[in-house]
Amino acid sequence: MENSNKQPGKVSRRKFIIRATLGTLGGLVLGTYLFRKPIYRSLAGYINTLKTPYDGSSNDPIIWFEITPDNLVILQSPKVEMGQGTFTGLAQITADELEVAIDQIKVVHAPSASGNMDGTATGGSTSVSSLWQPLRELAATMREMLKTEAASKLGIAVSALSISNGIVSGGGKSITYAEIIKGVEKWKIPATPKLKALKDYQYIGKPIARVDLKAKVFGEPIFGIDSVMPGMLYGSVVRPNKVGAQYIDADTSAAEKMPGVVKVVKEKDFVGVVARSFTEAENAKNAIKANWKVDKIWQTQDIENCIKVGKGDPIEIQKTGNAADMLEDADGLITMEFTSPIGAHAQMEPNGALAFVEKDKATIKMSTQVVKITRAEVADRLGLKEEQVNIIPTFLGGGFGRRLHTPHAIQAAVMSKAVGKPVKYFFNRQEEFQHDTFRPPTHHLVKAKLNKAGMITAIEHNVSSGDVMYGSALVPEILQTIIGSDLGAWRGGMINYSAIPNLRAVSWRVKLPFATSWWRSLGLLANTFAIESFIDELAIKSNQNPVEFRLAQIQDDKIGKRLKEVIRVAAEKSNYNNQPVEGRAMGFACCIDVGTPCAQVAEVSIVDGKIKVHKVTCVIDPGIAVNPDQVRAQCEGAIIMGISAAMFERMYVEDGQLKPIIYGPYKMVLMQDAPRDIEVIILQNDNVPGAVGEPPLGPIGAAIGNALRRLTGKRLTAMPLKLG
Amino acid sequence: MEININGNKRQVDIIDNSTPLLWIIRDELDLKGTKFGCGKAACGACTVLIDGQQVRSCSYPIGMLKEQSVTTIEGLGSPQNPHPVQQAWIEEIVPQCGYCQPGFMMATAALLNNIANPSEDDIDSNITNVCRCATHYRIRKAIHKAAAIKSQTSNVLNHGK
Repeated sequence: MENSNKQPGKVSRRKFIIRATLGTLGGLVLGTYLFRKPIYRSLAGYINTLKTPYDGSSNDPIIWFEITPDNLVILQSPKVEMGQGTFTGLAQITADELEVAIDQIKVVHAPSASGNMDGTATGGSTSVSSLWQPLRELAATMREMLKTEAASKLGIAVSALSISNGIVSGGGKSITYAEIIKGVEKWKIPATPKLKALKDYQYIGKPIARVDLKAKVFGEPIFGIDSVMPGMLYGSVVRPNKVGAQYIDADTSAAEKMPGVVKVVKEKDFVGVVARSFTEAENAKNAIKANWKVDKIWQTQDIENCIKVGKGDPIEIQKTGNAADMLEDADGLITMEFTSPIGAHAQMEPNGALAFVEKDKATIKMSTQVVKITRAEVADRLGLKEEQVNIIPTFLGGGFGRRLHTPHAIQAAVMSKAVGKPVKYFFNRQEEFQHDTFRPPTHHLVKAKLNKAGMITAIEHNVSSGDVMYGSALVPEILQTIIGSDLGAWRGGMINYSAIPNLRAVSWRVKLPFATSWWRSLGLLANTFAIESFIDELAIKSNQNPVEFRLAQIQDDKIGKRLKEVIRVAAEKSNYNNQPVEGRAMGFACCIDVGTPCAQVAEVSIVDGKIKVHKVTCVIDPGIAVNPDQVRAQCEGAIIMGISAAMFERMYVEDGQLKPIIYGPYKMVLMQDAPRDIEVIILQNDNVPGAVGEPPLGPIGAAIGNALRRLTGKRLTAMPLKLG
Repeated sequence: MEININGNKRQVDIIDNSTPLLWIIRDELDLKGTKFGCGKAACGACTVLIDGQQVRSCSYPIGMLKEQSVTTIEGLGSPQNPHPVQQAWIEEIVPQCGYCQPGFMMATAALLNNIANPSEDDIDSNITNVCRCATHYRIRKAIHKAAAIKSQTSNVLNHGK
């Protein structure tokens, strides 16, 4: 049944609010009471597809657009820009329905005081897709309001008016949006207008340049760490270097006498120091002797012993047919095991916050993916109401999930309150590496049986992983109970080969002694590595071409057709060859993530005993590509980041310390390692924009491993991939 | 002391000669384009030019700086008059989060000062910065494009003479 009123995020005219006075620039402000708590309504959809709905829950009006006196539009974005290109996509969407030129739009991060916060987060590859419908409707509604008012001011019928670049014209007269809004006190709010047809969009679907390009090329101070306030001081917090250490107390006498120190701040749960400069704060912090309670000195081996399929709590996350029974006996049973290591976010901008706490309010500028949660946590610690705390998000120097957890905002605020001045606090790099919220290590056990025709009759994937979603402030406990398993850990862990009659996937939960959490694409990287390496091995065992083998195991339902299409196109565009040629081999792998199918072919050789990835062909079907250039950019980045994780990166635990503590020893991809050729092909076999930022991280590890299998005859089962 | 930065002479009070140049640039001179990444010269986010050569400013004590000229991203070029490297970065739409990009652009500017038309291997061995968004594919294209723009510009200048 088509009932648009029940659609989450649907604009309702009764909920519009306009305030001429709220805007910082005195222009028209359009806001709404939209989207109150839709998350509960779409919970079932969330579980099934992992498509996070926009959750702009608020009792206050939510501010979206402002029109400035020079006829520009300020778009208050509830999503933060961390490189994924969301600001550009939202500007394109707004420009097309509001009928302004793209360079008339300035996208800014909505401060929490604007009310326009996403109650969930920025993440999950859903920023553009979740706002696709509501933002177009809001922009179209505002356009019609302006047009109606223009008709009255110009004395010309609405039907005789046209709009271009924020100027309404008709009957030889014209008026700008900025002129229209002058003096209007009561606006007529129309029913939600019909949206334009896709083909009529000028910006949507075009590879326009990022709206933040110039700021980023000319070094403008746009990041959290660049924030300043008058009279600002610098804070530093003592952090333990041992896993599981609990703070007891500290001797701060030496630090108090250090140059530049303003105040040592001792709290029940941490000790910090405020000084005139970053280096003075760091030096004073290093002079503090803190005592920690450490119950156990952990080693990597202890962690690896925990992460084993068979240990921890199993939850069946996929069951079709009777795979468990069929894979019980050893007759014809094929099994393999895979592992992935602890991964660090290693985002370039360290975590931090600039906080200014005054008598009955707090202002915080910072890079955060969870504006609303950050606000709630700071308010709680300071004993303020949430409305008294204004979180001003900045551009993020990388997110990747690391900024879903922001207790450093509390520490900055507590230090600011202690000295009565603004305090900027950020991590040094050792603190980043030792206090990351890591991608959990995993262990996988996969089993299958093949029939004589070379079809898989039953398959099972077991993944043992540290927590991803559990324990996160992002996911309320009630939701965890409803979902019943850590869908972050098993993201990508279900088997997409839907024509196999007996399918089973099991997630084994393990709690680790250090924080593990969301890392771009969550479990997708490791789970796809295990499943797609195994599928490849089954193709080889049954003497089949891995492309045709995959195609034969997929049903022709809607998502199955889209998956088959990316597989076919990837094989065709890469000229996939199952045999190595002149020391170079191709590896094939694919996945579906957040509803987006993606297939990749990696061309690999061994140069001077090292793995060299020459070319990657990537075919993705995200539905409508709002900005094809940024879809490409996300694919290129995900592929190279995936190469970094699959080939180089690994944290380990030695005598209780997480290591390495610096770039370099924590080996990441460099120019010399990145493939010189990446071909991205975008298919658009869906009529809405889908996920882009994470799906292309899935196949790359397996694609490289599958190429190496053909080159060396050996199956690599552990990331990071290492030759013999 | 007096610092020769981006073509200007600026006065700063130096309390400690061991303070890294990075913090003088960021916090005393308020030029935020140069980034703090690791503090150990391991990532290159803080790269600046000193007399045209790349230096990781997080590990360069201010006491070492005498008469040399320092160039940061703010002094490399402007929207009205972009440096060939910045022009190429715009044309290739390189940045994602953008945090590491000033360091990459400064390292590239230095590379082109030394090698006008760098080979793939020259790029691999001279550009060793870290980028977590993994924009390396576009960075490589932009480096080649910057070399081309720069050589065209200098050809024009030479003809002018």
